[in-house]
Amino acid sequence: MKKKNGFFARNAQLIVPLLSILALIVFNLFRDPSFFSISLSVNNSGNTVLTGNLISILNGASELAVLAMGMTLVTAASGGQDISVGALAAIAGSVFVKVLRAGEITPVTVVVAFLLCCVVAMIFGVFNGTLVAVFKIQPMIATLVLYTCGRSIAYWINGGASPTVASPILTAIGSFIPGVPIPTPILIVALCGVIFALVFRFTTLRLYTQAVGINQRAARLNGINAVGIKILAFMILGICCAVSGCIAVARLGYLNHETVLLEIEMDAILAVAIGGNALGGGRFKMAGSVLGAYAIQTLTTTLYAMRVPSTAVKSYKAIVIILIVVIGSPMVKEAFGRMVGRIKAARADGKEAA
Amino acid sequence: MKKLVCLLVSLVLVFAMATALADITVGIVNNPPSESGYREANVKDFEAVFSAENGYEAKTFYSLKNDEQLAAAQQFITDGVDYLLISAAATTGWDQVLTSAQENGIGVFLFDRMIDCDESLYEAAVVSDMANQGVTAVDWLLSQNLPEYNVIHIQGVMGNDAQIGRTAALDEQAAAGTVHIVVQQTAEWSADTAKEIVESVINSGEPFNVIYAENDDMAKGAVQALDEHGITHGVNGDVIIMGFDTNKWALRELKAGSWNYDGQCSPFQAQVISDMIQKLEAGESLDLESKQVISVEKGFDAKTLTDEDIETYGLGE
Amino acid sequence: MQNDVVLTMRGICKSFPGVRALHNVDFTLRSGEVHALMGENGAGKSTLIKVLTGVYGKDAGQIAIEGKEVAIRSPQDAQASGISTVYQEITLCPNLTVAENMFIGRDKSALVPWKEMERKAGELLRSLDIPARPKQQLSSCSLAVQQMIAIARAVDQHCKVLVLDEPTSSLDDNEVAMLFKLMRDLKSRGVGIVFVTHFLGQVYEISDRITVLRNGELVGEYKVEELPQLDLVSKMMGKELDDLSAISVSGKETGAKGETVYEAKGLSSAACPNPFDFHIAKGEVNGFTGLLGSGRSESVRAIFGADRVTGGSVTMNGQSVKVQKPIDAMRKGIAYLSEDRKDDGIIADLSVRENIILALQVMKGFGKPISQADAEAFADEYIKALEIKTASTDTPIKSLSGGNQQKVILARWLLTHPQYLILDEPTRGIDVGTKTEIQRLVLKLSSEGMSVTFISSEIEEMLRTCSRLIVMRDRHIVGELTGDALTQDNVMRTIAGGGN
Repeated sequence: MKKKNGFFARNAQLIVPLLSILALIVFNLFRDPSFFSISLSVNNSGNTVLTGNLISILNGASELAVLAMGMTLVTAASGGQDISVGALAAIAGSVFVKVLRAGEITPVTVVVAFLLCCVVAMIFGVFNGTLVAVFKIQPMIATLVLYTCGRSIAYWINGGASPTVASPILTAIGSFIPGVPIPTPILIVALCGVIFALVFRFTTLRLYTQAVGINQRAARLNGINAVGIKILAFMILGICCAVSGCIAVARLGYLNHETVLLEIEMDAILAVAIGGNALGGGRFKMAGSVLGAYAIQTLTTTLYAMRVPSTAVKSYKAIVIILIVVIGSPMVKEAFGRMVGRIKAARADGKEAA
Repeated sequence: MKKLVCLLVSLVLVFAMATALADITVGIVNNPPSESGYREANVKDFEAVFSAENGYEAKTFYSLKNDEQLAAAQQFITDGVDYLLISAAATTGWDQVLTSAQENGIGVFLFDRMIDCDESLYEAAVVSDMANQGVTAVDWLLSQNLPEYNVIHIQGVMGNDAQIGRTAALDEQAAAGTVHIVVQQTAEWSADTAKEIVESVINSGEPFNVIYAENDDMAKGAVQALDEHGITHGVNGDVIIMGFDTNKWALRELKAGSWNYDGQCSPFQAQVISDMIQKLEAGESLDLESKQVISVEKGFDAKTLTDEDIETYGLGE
Repeated sequence: MQNDVVLTMRGICKSFPGVRALHNVDFTLRSGEVHALMGENGAGKSTLIKVLTGVYGKDAGQIAIEGKEVAIRSPQDAQASGISTVYQEITLCPNLTVAENMFIGRDKSALVPWKEMERKAGELLRSLDIPARPKQQLSSCSLAVQQMIAIARAVDQHCKVLVLDEPTSSLDDNEVAMLFKLMRDLKSRGVGIVFVTHFLGQVYEISDRITVLRNGELVGEYKVEELPQLDLVSKMMGKELDDLSAISVSGKETGAKGETVYEAKGLSSAACPNPFDFHIAKGEVNGFTGLLGSGRSESVRAIFGADRVTGGSVTMNGQSVKVQKPIDAMRKGIAYLSEDRKDDGIIADLSVRENIILALQVMKGFGKPISQADAEAFADEYIKALEIKTASTDTPIKSLSGGNQQKVILARWLLTHPQYLILDEPTRGIDVGTKTEIQRLVLKLSSEGMSVTFISSEIEEMLRTCSRLIVMRDRHIVGELTGDALTQDNVMRTIAGGGN
């Protein structure tokens, strides 16, 4: 009666994103055996660093992975998606640049700039969250406001297109810390993952978010502040936007408000879906979304490595994503479950016969 | 100096005609400055040239939406402006508005972007020739006399005028066999994506010695990838870096020797149009060979770039 | 007025997967009468109405209008046959004018004769004595007038049968009077009216005949004057009065044993507008009873702060307390097992374990999560204590049977160790075995000193467990029964309002 579910049963959700990454890896190894080779080289700043496609994938997916974490939470709590994350990241990045350009760049000013852009992003998050939780507007419609005007706000903050900032500190954040061979954005993603793990360990955020997402009325009758939880989810997503906005700025030392993290909201939603999380809210696994983000980036890198023609690259991407999503769909899962059941039954019969 | 002349001319006009309507009113329909660094410079240029001290009264309207632009242009006609200056969001749907302008005796100038309509509906169109920008850049590249050309070609958003023009010249040379294109991929004007594309080439181990990026942002992303992989670039480096749009920050990269070439896409059409308006106001005819007036656009070489060039031609700050 | 039969329904059957909603039901409506359709929730009233109006197709049976059999496959068919319906929620367009609402969408022609339309609307409004002007915007009318306009629209479509589904539920007394005047007027014009309501008083005020349904079957058709209110209630509940009196109340010790634990004075909420007084002592089991919609659930929800509390004062153990929202009540030791298990109780996708610890966790606070080991221990303890049948503590609660789901929710609240437990229909829709288990549990908890308020549609259950019953009718407390007065007979008399 008290049988514990095994590790695999509890993490069944992660099978699809893992399988898609695995399939892409096998495909690439077949195509080019040296695809995943990692080598040490000295970069132009004189640091010894790791290079290779694997590093490129992990590095390139950083902004997406951080956004996917926040998007998972918003999806779980509100049963909808925030389509303003790209615009909000642009705003946050713009605030970051604005503060850094105000004076000399020192570790202190970088921290201040980051904290300030977190605050700004949180305020916008609360704005989105209030529209969704208090005024009960469909999340996609509520966040359409910021999606439409966010990049103009980002432009307005700096009063000019593509402002640049340059500093060794930013290089350390955006590419490599001297002496550390792993790109810093990868470390930032890991740090975000650890922070979320700690938050889930030391607060009831996961339980409350799931309860509100599954049955808001019941959650309320159990004393949970459902409105508060939804707003909190949007606020946390705001911080995630700030983090990815700052990574994007630090990577290149400039901000183009029109192209920075363009259309990343769609990839973030996709990452959540590939990760096996229901877009209608409720139970969630953040690790799934992060894996989903890496799966998307692996796909992109694969297509570049295959030298797919410019005009066809989106179609290729669409085909693979349709495949992944269909494999992860309830219909296929059910059919797969039935098949496994039949095989097990056949095997049992075989044993009996023997 | 020119400004002073303009000022004097307009002052003279004011006194000579002694009417309250001495200022020339122009209606400017453009895309919003937040669209890009190019547009920002473009809007600033028009606001500076068509200013009160130059004897103009300018009414402006900025939108990315064609229908909003059309409505604004119609309103300007109703308001009775003397000239209408248009950079259209889309190339179609303008016939009626332009006809109405003509009926009301309003001179129309197009700038930056052409419109699909009969030539008789406007006085002149001051535009860039994207194909020529490509040719200038590729000619410069071939003049470097490299033993071989292995080019990473990073394209803009596919189908965009700038992409088509800047791609064409390079494609022509590739077809002729003078250059070898290692990879041709769109990064959709985004620096991040350009970086990923260049990384994938580096990781594949295939040799290359030229990066031809169709705008400055993508060139910046490409350079970032080279830096992270310890590949030298620029004036004394292994890889030649080429960009477009002459942002000030990009020209500074040239000056520092980190990049090699930057092609101009001039947003400065205002003065040319102002000169033509003054001609018309003085009763002269424009005498254009073609109604399409091509902006003079340069290509800058890192070795010959001067600080004055950066100030004069650089966009943004 | 005795008139011709306008509508006959014979042998109507309708099943949904797993449920037999209507079985062989007959219904006869005469022109110029108001015919009340009565029954407890789930008796089949709304299914019958929906079959009649073409929302559902019927599995078997015939429907005839004025003796001619008609096939009703859609609401349009029903309308064409002369059957009009006005639903509880008004289905008009609030931003159009009264005249537009009355006429729009009724003929196919694209041209609208506005003047003609307004003239006709004016005539109809005058003739029915409806206080509205044709050009007035609908949203500026009161709810009752909107209801009447909806009826006027229906009547003008040459209807022979008018179905009014709970038309009075959101109206005050004056508005009800206005509506009844209109209904009498229509009656005199020969329209047959089917009247569905849960207000007993209104049935006797306006109806000529009553048809009673129970469990999807016809109980009978009665003339109003031949069916006293008390008999109506017993027919709806399916208990003959003599039978009921015969059941003796089993010996129970759930009377007040100590000081008052909870006391409310003049308590009211958004859903329970009439202020009421209530108290419960330590170890007492009491109950709210009344027909569905009488306000019993709303009252206990007000105690728990489940709906917006609008007034009243509460004392617990002699101290004044404020209960505005559920968490306030929980912190004061009140637990509430809600009536609607699916929508207000279970968190379907979460595990049994998470469902059990939820309330306790919320009380502990956001920053103090219950450890996995503790949660496991709590879940195991209550799974054993309440004999919950589940594959594991990790099993999603939605895959459990209704009775086991209910036990999980019960475990959730018991885990908070409340001093006052409110159980709203804890036995609905669960198997008999579990029902008795829950009743036994209630008695056990009370013997341990917990105060319990118990609500059930089944009066026997309440009589078996409660020492005091608060009887509600039409959103008011109409009586309180204790001691020897606690008989089924008395309860039903009080519910019916007949008295002795």
